[in-house]
Amino acid sequence: MTAHYDKTPVLQTKNLVKRYGSVTAIDHADFELYPGEILAVIGDNGAGKSSLIKALSGALIPDEGEILLDGKPVHFASPMEARALGIETVYQNLAVSPALNIADNLYLGRELRKPGILGSVFRMLDKKEMERRAQAKMTELGLMTIQNISQAVESLSGGQRQGVAVARSALFGSKVVIMDEPTAALGVKESRRVLNLIKEVRDRGLPIILISHNMPHVFEVADRIHIHRLGKRAAIVTPQSHSMSDAVAIMTGAMDVKTSNEAA
Amino acid sequence: MSSTDTKPSTAVLDHDKVADQASTYVAQFERNETPIQRFKKFLHHYPIAAPLIVLLLAVISFSVIVGDRFLHPFNLSLILQQVTIIGVIGVAQTLIILTAGIDLSVGAIMVLTSVVMGRMAVNHGIDPSLSILIGIGVGALAGFINGLLITRLKIPPFIATLGSWNVFFALNLWYSKSETIRSQDISNIAPLLQWTGQTIDFFGARLTYGSLLMLGIFFLIWYALNWTAWGRHVYATGDDPEAAKLAGIRTNRILMSVYVLAGVVCAIGAWVLIGRIGSVSPQAGTMTNLDSITAVVIGGCSLFGGRGSIYGTLIGALVVGVFRNGLALAGVDVLWQEFTVGILIISAVAIDQWIRRGTA
Ligand SMILES: Nc1ncnc2c1ncn2[C@@H]1O[C@H](COP(=O)(O)OP(=O)(O)OP(=O)(O)O)[C@@H](O)[C@H]1O
Ligand SMILES: [Mg+2]
Repeated sequence: MTAHYDKTPVLQTKNLVKRYGSVTAIDHADFELYPGEILAVIGDNGAGKSSLIKALSGALIPDEGEILLDGKPVHFASPMEARALGIETVYQNLAVSPALNIADNLYLGRELRKPGILGSVFRMLDKKEMERRAQAKMTELGLMTIQNISQAVESLSGGQRQGVAVARSALFGSKVVIMDEPTAALGVKESRRVLNLIKEVRDRGLPIILISHNMPHVFEVADRIHIHRLGKRAAIVTPQSHSMSDAVAIMTGAMDVKTSNEAA
Repeated sequence: MSSTDTKPSTAVLDHDKVADQASTYVAQFERNETPIQRFKKFLHHYPIAAPLIVLLLAVISFSVIVGDRFLHPFNLSLILQQVTIIGVIGVAQTLIILTAGIDLSVGAIMVLTSVVMGRMAVNHGIDPSLSILIGIGVGALAGFINGLLITRLKIPPFIATLGSWNVFFALNLWYSKSETIRSQDISNIAPLLQWTGQTIDFFGARLTYGSLLMLGIFFLIWYALNWTAWGRHVYATGDDPEAAKLAGIRTNRILMSVYVLAGVVCAIGAWVLIGRIGSVSPQAGTMTNLDSITAVVIGGCSLFGGRGSIYGTLIGALVVGVFRNGLALAGVDVLWQEFTVGILIISAVAIDQWIRRGTA
């Protein structure tokens, strides 16, 4: 394990709250991500996992509470601001544009322009370079066998689309990579590739937040597991201290946290 | 949740291991396609093919039905003049339809700005070039209002522009006092307004400056859509606005820019319109709304946004122009011209749906 738990958390929330009308999606949630770790976030459907990570990635503005990046308070008004600080996210609904091609999607929102006057005055895109880098990245990740980097994303299978979203985060993430159910639509082989990729990214020093309902996957790659229940953290466990059934019991409320800690 | 009951928590499932050695062979299927399926695939692959085929068929049919008069150079340049206005307004409409919107006010913006240009120059004696700029400013303002209604008040584009269409048209009648500015007066006081109607010899063909202006607009917008980040963002916004937002695109800004730009293009269309008819009439160009939407749809743009090309619209505009002209030459009543354009637009959408089904 290369994680450093004695250091300041890379990303942290204190008392975070988000309400949608009468629904409280995030209910005074605390959260810490330490340098170099893979932190899995698990919880039942509707527990508020996606809402929590949307707050961390700027896609949602919390009503109350603090978000700290490297110990300093940050306020993201948009996903762009979080991305500018190196927080890269694979959203549960993927957030790709089906009609655009793979290279366009990888670079959507931060396109490369041609050098010189073509780029500065005529704002001309450097399609060649974007395609070259996209191709290189996809090959490096070995995520898929794509014939053509300029084919529309809608012509890809669900798993291949997921690969595009994952590649985008790996291409740009420089501080934190957040993945909301990155293996949900993937076959056995593709899941394995993504899991290996997650470990690789961690080994390069980037901490990762992994949201997943797949317990074997979580227990295989996670350094720590944040169990989310009813909008807040119910417990933090590790694959060493708890079994999958313990984690599920905490998640569903069948086991309360005190007894689970005693069991540890 | 049954898999979560497994005891050893760090277990890696065996089938996952096996997957590592799996071959990378991608399953392939033997396909026996019928000619129709192959044609459908061809159309899906080359979206520009369908409107080109329609254009070709239309030209051939009208040459046969109407005879020499149709292919006469004079008539062809007449078609081009008609196409010029549909084309320019079609560019504005394309931008908006790409964002999954629709603009019913394009015709009204064009007429209103033509009246503004005409009255500024002729009645108020303002310098013609400044009058044109003021007209363009009014067009931008009209687009800005549409954009505000859609992005701030969250009114669906169809309703917002249905309303603004009536508002702009009423303003147009009020400001023009429902009077036409005579061609004679314009050519005496502000000939620049009619410049778009002047013709030049262009490799043997007689083209108007308006047609060249139209081609210039097509080129500029084609460039902006295909070679700038803004263009990618327009497509992304129309394709899936939520995904675009998560990718960091300020979709409301993109929408605003599109509506304002459409207003500007409509105002340039107004200049072209003045050149085409010579005078400024508050009743001119009443068919432009339907014609521009028809041109865009025939050109292969999806009304659901995010798909389509600007050169498709150019071909669509040619199709509409050829149909209107050919039917008129064949002595078909205006009534039936409208009927035919209506059928065209419905067929275009139906064919589009048919092509998308099963090939995506
Ligand atoms: N945009 C929204 N508007 C209203 N309510 C919302 C919205 N997004 C989430 N919620 C509510 O907030 C709660 C938490 O949702 P969230 O998507 O964060 O759950 P989740 O833990 O990610 O669930 P899943 O495992 O199904 O992805 C749910 O009750 C949901 O209905
Ligand atoms: Mg979720």
